Amino acid sequence: AASPSPRCRPFGVYGAPGVELTGLHKETATVTQLHFLAGQGWLLSLLDDNTLHLWEIYQKDGCSHLEETRSFGLPARPGCSPSITRVTVILPMALGAVACLGTEGGAVYFLTLPGLVLLEDKTLFQDEILQSVPDEYRCGKALGPVESIQEHPRDAGRLLIGYSRGLVALWDQSTRAVQHLFLGNQQLESLAWEHSGKSIVSSHSDGGYMVWAAGGGGQRTQQPVLSTIPYGPFPCKAINKILWRTCESGNPFIIFNGGMPRASYGDRHCVSVLQGQTLATLDFTSRVIDFFTVQNPEVPEGGFENPRALVVLVEEELVVIDLQTPGWPTIPAPYLAPLHSSAITCSYHISNVPLKLWERIVSAGEQQSPRLSSAAWPINGGKNLAQEPTQRGLLLTGHEDGTVRFWDASGVSLKPLYKLGTAGIFQTDCEHNDSLNQAGEEEWPPFRKVGCFDPYSDDPRLGIQKIALCKYTAKMVVAGTAGQVLVMELSDEKSEHAVSVATVDLLQDREGFTWKGHDRLAPRNGPLAFAPGFQPSVLVQCVPPAAVTAVTLHSEWNLVAFGTSHGFGLFDYHRRNPVLARCTLHPNDSLAMEGPLSRVKSLKKSLRQSFRRIRKSRVSGKKRLNPGSPSSKVGAERGRLLATPIPLPVQEANAQLAEQAGPPEVEMTPVQRRIEPRSADDSLSGVVRCLYFADTFLRDEGSSRCCCSSRTNSGSVFAYALEVPSQEKFSERAVEAVLGKEIQLMHRAPVVAIAVLDGRGNPLPEPYEVSRDLAKAPDMQGSHSMLISSEEQFKVFTLPKVSAKTKFKLTAHEGCRVRKVALVSLASAGPEERVENCLACLTNLGDIHIFTVPSLRPQVHYGCIRKEDISGIASCVFTKHGQGFYLISPSEFERFSLSARNVTEPLCCLEVSRLQDTSCLRWVANHSPSDSDSE
Amino acid sequence: YCFGAEFRRFSLERSKPGKFEEFYGLLQHVHKIPNVDVLVGYTDIHGDLLPINNDDNYHKAVSTANPLLRIFIQRKEDADYSAFGTDTMTRKKNVLSNVLRPDNHKKKPHIVISMPQDFRPVSSIIDVDILPETHRRVRLYKYGTDKPLGFYIRDGSSVRVTPHGLEKVPGIFISRLVPGGLAQSTGLLAVNDEVLEVNGIEVSGKSLDQVTDMMIANSRNLIITVRPANQRNNVVRNSRTSGSSGQSTESSLPSSTPNILANFLQGEEESDEEDIVIEDSGEPQQIPKAAPTNESIESLTQIELLHESTQNGFLPSSEMNLNHSAGSISMEYEVQDPDHKSLEDGTIITL
Repeated sequence: AASPSPRCRPFGVYGAPGVELTGLHKETATVTQLHFLAGQGWLLSLLDDNTLHLWEIYQKDGCSHLEETRSFGLPARPGCSPSITRVTVILPMALGAVACLGTEGGAVYFLTLPGLVLLEDKTLFQDEILQSVPDEYRCGKALGPVESIQEHPRDAGRLLIGYSRGLVALWDQSTRAVQHLFLGNQQLESLAWEHSGKSIVSSHSDGGYMVWAAGGGGQRTQQPVLSTIPYGPFPCKAINKILWRTCESGNPFIIFNGGMPRASYGDRHCVSVLQGQTLATLDFTSRVIDFFTVQNPEVPEGGFENPRALVVLVEEELVVIDLQTPGWPTIPAPYLAPLHSSAITCSYHISNVPLKLWERIVSAGEQQSPRLSSAAWPINGGKNLAQEPTQRGLLLTGHEDGTVRFWDASGVSLKPLYKLGTAGIFQTDCEHNDSLNQAGEEEWPPFRKVGCFDPYSDDPRLGIQKIALCKYTAKMVVAGTAGQVLVMELSDEKSEHAVSVATVDLLQDREGFTWKGHDRLAPRNGPLAFAPGFQPSVLVQCVPPAAVTAVTLHSEWNLVAFGTSHGFGLFDYHRRNPVLARCTLHPNDSLAMEGPLSRVKSLKKSLRQSFRRIRKSRVSGKKRLNPGSPSSKVGAERGRLLATPIPLPVQEANAQLAEQAGPPEVEMTPVQRRIEPRSADDSLSGVVRCLYFADTFLRDEGSSRCCCSSRTNSGSVFAYALEVPSQEKFSERAVEAVLGKEIQLMHRAPVVAIAVLDGRGNPLPEPYEVSRDLAKAPDMQGSHSMLISSEEQFKVFTLPKVSAKTKFKLTAHEGCRVRKVALVSLASAGPEERVENCLACLTNLGDIHIFTVPSLRPQVHYGCIRKEDISGIASCVFTKHGQGFYLISPSEFERFSLSARNVTEPLCCLEVSRLQDTSCLRWVANHSPSDSDSE
Repeated sequence: YCFGAEFRRFSLERSKPGKFEEFYGLLQHVHKIPNVDVLVGYTDIHGDLLPINNDDNYHKAVSTANPLLRIFIQRKEDADYSAFGTDTMTRKKNVLSNVLRPDNHKKKPHIVISMPQDFRPVSSIIDVDILPETHRRVRLYKYGTDKPLGFYIRDGSSVRVTPHGLEKVPGIFISRLVPGGLAQSTGLLAVNDEVLEVNGIEVSGKSLDQVTDMMIANSRNLIITVRPANQRNNVVRNSRTSGSSGQSTESSLPSSTPNILANFLQGEEESDEEDIVIEDSGEPQQIPKAAPTNESIESLTQIELLHESTQNGFLPSSEMNLNHSAGSISMEYEVQDPDHKSLEDGTIITL
């Protein structure tokens, strides 16, 4: 459970599914370029502080790891501005272990690999090129920064160097002579070789590209063979990168990004794929960072490249297009799926998912999105050495747009399994924009929506707040922002039925309150069609329609409990009638009544309508600290591996905040904190934070079923005795609930969690676990106890006679507050049968503490999440076996493990053809002064 | 009777006045009000109305009677506390009008002096004997919500003597006292006092927010150890000033420290807030401790036994007894010290 320091800049290397390596830069600067050194297991990264870093993939204990071995900074030229030596392009050359660095000043530097030693005598300054440029072209002006360097595909050692002004030179490195000049006059953006080396293609800032003949005689070429602006004739944006790939089956592929008509589609993020007359304009929802094609690395003389797939990294996701199947469908990614295609609003983890349920979910997911491409995932480098996961873990994420996504969390990468939408059940403000997609037929350019990142939510009320799922009965409860509680059932068949609606008034005729928040979502009338998968059977609507703050499900008793800021209710979904509703409002609690939206509602609504599609995700806006920095590049090693910089917008935002805090010496008003105990009549004291079902002793007379609920900010716990009829009599007799106990914690801190422990101190098993022989029966002889965890203290009370047994005052001792708790069972790494139940607690400082249960003795604590990362702490979920997930950015979950036995980490092996690196040791020894200079 | 009052005359043995309890019982008997709580007062030789509520002031009253002892009895619920105190008799001439017509002087507010039984500690300096003279351990007693604790803390830095010489280290300081707040009214805390410990836990290495949360979590029984900014008002130990050899203090220190620490911790536990349970919508009751045994010992034994995993489940025997003897709920709470309960006035529950 190590926390990455906020200063680190991570990037990932991904190969075949399960093969992934992560590198962490020590520097705070952003990663702008990454390049593989083909076949050698080396990676070169460029940061925006203009330092180069060499990374080595090395083997240890049979597994590959990634480690930084050395770094390099280009020394500034005396008397020149430092931007002169800012690196714009990097080209690792195929032979000779040399990398070329193009700079803003127009010079090209050569660097040994892997030693990272500058070959000063080889540096190519612009003057050398300018000598062979005719005077009428030169006009006394400089050539500008180096925009592209490309090595001749057939003849290593000959470099194509493109300058910003438009001049392209073919330079022979061995003879140090200019072989050919292409006198372009349009500002250059990128260059690419045709695979045979007979022609080159250049892309330009005006949205056009030019094809030049390269094989011909003569020293200079004045005019290109072809010059076109594909999306003309109106002014277009620049084409930032272009590729030319030959293809056996017909015309070559020309693939480029940008070039859209400035006025009409200047804001689109597009990659165009052109083959002969076929053009597809792939329309992404976020900025294109880089793209490359995957093809056979060894192309015979006179052969064709035949690209298999196009890999596009956009800011929010990774998209792979199958170029060999007609229609160019996408290939579903086994990793790096955009978790945040709509912002994540909650998450829920289920351990040990039964195989039956797993298969049904997978099947529902397959029917939902049939595979259009039969191609295998083209990025297949390395070998996954991790063991098959011992159990199936399911991570559910609730999203702002009302969807629940099911992820396979058994292994290292999260794989999407199934997506459940709840928006279709309701009449929302805006009907879904199917029309937008259909109109595509005659549109020019021929846009095609690609990728699934779509941060826009039609209606914030659809947002999912809480999820509960019973893995044995495949029943699920999904609750949302507008007080909607949906009871769902998994069905393998499609169905058309009406969803029955029940309304539960949580105010209980309390006078003097008017809800000023959002309206409830109106359900659609009549029968609705549902695809195979989770289908809603009952909609329970809380009134007032405040966001649901807690939900729990007992599938054996057919009961669902839900809570909002006003109270909580209990609903029998078998008989479809409410069992209980209880208002928890404090009389002084006016804030809860008005609802969180009241003051900003009208403004928010109008803003929402006017900025509908402009709205960005929570991610995008903060992404670039330095707008001038060049876009990140992706390198490909033989089309097998892929490296991507992982965006860390939260950390950047935090860094920004820290900067904004101002220099410490300007302490006009020192930060001070008021010491005042929480008062009993805090507002929002009625929020129900947790709900819990247990089969325990609530009253003296033997076993009685109980439902506990708590309200926050005032530390009260209500325990109800439930009379649940036996299984056969569900239809005849109703469930009855009687208030049994009410506990008021005097420290009045919000109650975070409740659990009942059996006579042996073990947590009670889940419903059906015992009857299906999946768990030991709880000890019903001895007296049970109830563990209540508030934000400040843990307390264990005996049941049924409530008396205080043990407690631990976390806040009073440590000064930290409880954010998340879970009872976890930690298995020993040694003998399998040694299992301990512990209380895991995540605090507001991002630490995880482990306590024994029920004696509540602190065992260990670890730093896990940075304390500034509030959204990370809020998103944390624990699994039953001592792992946990939290959002490290809006788009990435980090997994941690508290268990010695139950660890999930990438174990993979990459074979590299590099000889064991002794040379670099020598280099370090010989050149240590310059090495230390560069650091 | 027109004033809703009645008069009785009876005699007492001056030399053997007995206990206050007996006297109180006698009054209730004489007035035929056996179940009514009353306040008892008398007029002393200066004409002041003074309370009688314990053996001491009862004896004083009897001994000063000359020869008549005038006693005033008020029902507790409509008692006028303001009637008591110095000058009450001379000011109003007739104490009767004071007692019987309390409304008369409502317009003229004066300082209210509560009954001694209503006095309660608001603060104390504790552990003077074990702390360095430059430190002060202050205990603030917070009751209910009537008076705010009323202070603010801030980050700062202080100079410490370390093995490497003087070092500047970050510290937490009191930055502001709210006028009229509990902290200010004690006079024991001042702006720029450095906070060293909160309820026995050192604050060094903790952030301002952590210390804030610690103080709030302990706010019902807050014990803060400070290094006062003003070092001139420090408590000076007798042993040092009296010039006696420091030996006695030093030799007594190691032996006395554990005791005092134990007392301090125990005291903290005792005055700790008690959670409340309402059984079957009945009366709110405080939740008792499960076992009278020391908490840590109990948990230790439990752990060992849990590991051995007895088949029939284990509970400490004392706890078993408690559970089984709990035949009726009300029985158990009568054991509870009623005085202790009345001290805790945060026990009202809003439903």
